[in-house]
Amino acid sequence: MSEQNLQSQTVQTTGHAWDGDLQEFNNPLPTWWVYTFYVTIVFSIVYWLIYPSWPIGKSFLTGFSDITYVNKAGETVTSHWNTRALLMADLNKAEEMQKPYFSKVAANDFEQIAKDPELSGFVLSAGKALFTENCAPCHQQGGQGVIGFFPNLTDDDWLYGGSYDKIHETLVNGRRGYMPAFGEVLNAGEIDALANYVASLSGIAHDAGKAASGRVLFTSETAACYYCHTDSAKGRQDMGAPNLTDKIWLWADVPGAEKAEDKIAAIRSTIITGVNKGVMPAWGERLSPEQIKVLTVYVHELGGGK
Amino acid sequence: MRINFKHEWIETNIGLMLVLTMLAISVGGLVEIAPLFFIKKTVENVEGINVRPYTPLELRGRDIYIREGCYTCHSQMIRPFVDEKLRYGHYSLAAESQYDHPFQWGSKRTGPDLARVGGKYSNEWHVQHLIAPRSMVPESVMPNYPWLMQLLDQSDIANRMKALRAVGVPYSLTEAEREANVKKFGAEVAAMLHIADAKKNLVEQANLGNYDGDRAGVSEMDALVAYLQVLGTMVDFTKVDADELVRSR
Repeated sequence: MSEQNLQSQTVQTTGHAWDGDLQEFNNPLPTWWVYTFYVTIVFSIVYWLIYPSWPIGKSFLTGFSDITYVNKAGETVTSHWNTRALLMADLNKAEEMQKPYFSKVAANDFEQIAKDPELSGFVLSAGKALFTENCAPCHQQGGQGVIGFFPNLTDDDWLYGGSYDKIHETLVNGRRGYMPAFGEVLNAGEIDALANYVASLSGIAHDAGKAASGRVLFTSETAACYYCHTDSAKGRQDMGAPNLTDKIWLWADVPGAEKAEDKIAAIRSTIITGVNKGVMPAWGERLSPEQIKVLTVYVHELGGGK
Repeated sequence: MRINFKHEWIETNIGLMLVLTMLAISVGGLVEIAPLFFIKKTVENVEGINVRPYTPLELRGRDIYIREGCYTCHSQMIRPFVDEKLRYGHYSLAAESQYDHPFQWGSKRTGPDLARVGGKYSNEWHVQHLIAPRSMVPESVMPNYPWLMQLLDQSDIANRMKALRAVGVPYSLTEAEREANVKKFGAEVAAMLHIADAKKNLVEQANLGNYDGDRAGVSEMDALVAYLQVLGTMVDFTKVDADELVRSR
């Protein structure tokens, strides 16, 4: 039966039989396939002519296609097609689309931007994108910061000042927090006294006797805390020295400690080791002036701007 | 004229098929890769670009970056697209990885591109983020690397530099090479590239930078953070003509 079937086939086979009757057709390629194949070859030749393609010696064929863009100096530049020129042209388009907003941001001062409903809407969305990419890794998505590392931007307590100008200054130039390690200068009793005094400033249960001697030390030349934190312990924003009276903590994890003695221990350890890690990178060279302006208003409007 | 070619010849001769397959595949490599070694513009030679090799400490950091497999999730290649420019900064140049052997361009981004991460975050952030990424970025899926605070093995730094020198990185062994580096990179950088002083330079840079925030000893963290902080910072793009970069492609 199968023998007969095979003989009645008119198509060519490979001439080999497996298992007695298994054979393989040897059909020519479909015509549509062959012609598509030829078309792809023609296409590739056209492609070579338009785009950079064949290497020749120490250079290469640049192709006949070109791209025109406007450079930073405002000159029109025409280049052979390449991805870098394409980027320049695409950036021109992107800038054109952003221009209505960014030129307004550049022309207005901070208060005007915050007041203008359209501009402040732009600042909220563009600022959020900028903040997420550049600021959130440290200050967190909502700007709440991380105790012990990066300050909260949503409260009204500012290390370096919360006015538009000060926030702008911080963004452009960056900051570096520093407090000497008093563990090398003061003895354990003195440090304990200071810690109790600092605790007393924000209403933490403390030893009144120790706090009283701590108060004396605070303004003495021995510890000289008042140099930076001032006599009243309200801090100096020009030095980034925090206000110690406002119950807001960055370096000592006071809120994280439950018992008063642990809170005082946290303050003590900050006095002992000092602070040498409050580094904020400078964004002046990484971001454009308009982007920094947007971020300034965004951070100011996070809740704590002054 | 009829060419009497039969593809059965190839299909029924496995040796011939193997040879011809290899020839067909190698054409792709020969056409796309080999010419780049001869084309002058492959590595941009544009005024203002003066990329230097890594210092001994940065080099050890790069080796740890490779050891920990950072490249499997992080690329170091900012492509010339608008979105990448806006997020990561200027597109990467071939010149910027000319001393990388092997280059760390990567092919997959589970985490963000790191080509210009240098200077973007503080040392403190990097240290905390490497030890416990989720303490800094809650949604991160990056593994913890707590062991990076261990002391750095400095014993083979000279050999590591010699190996890279053998493949063309201008670390200097002889006085003549050192002087050539002074001319090319300036005295300060040239001193860092001298193999005989590698260990001293490594320790000095780690102590000066105190990248891991811990003054005791040189840790692997010191090296890795030093490396991360130099990524993408060697070219000052305010001093490079953007049009020249376009012309060099």
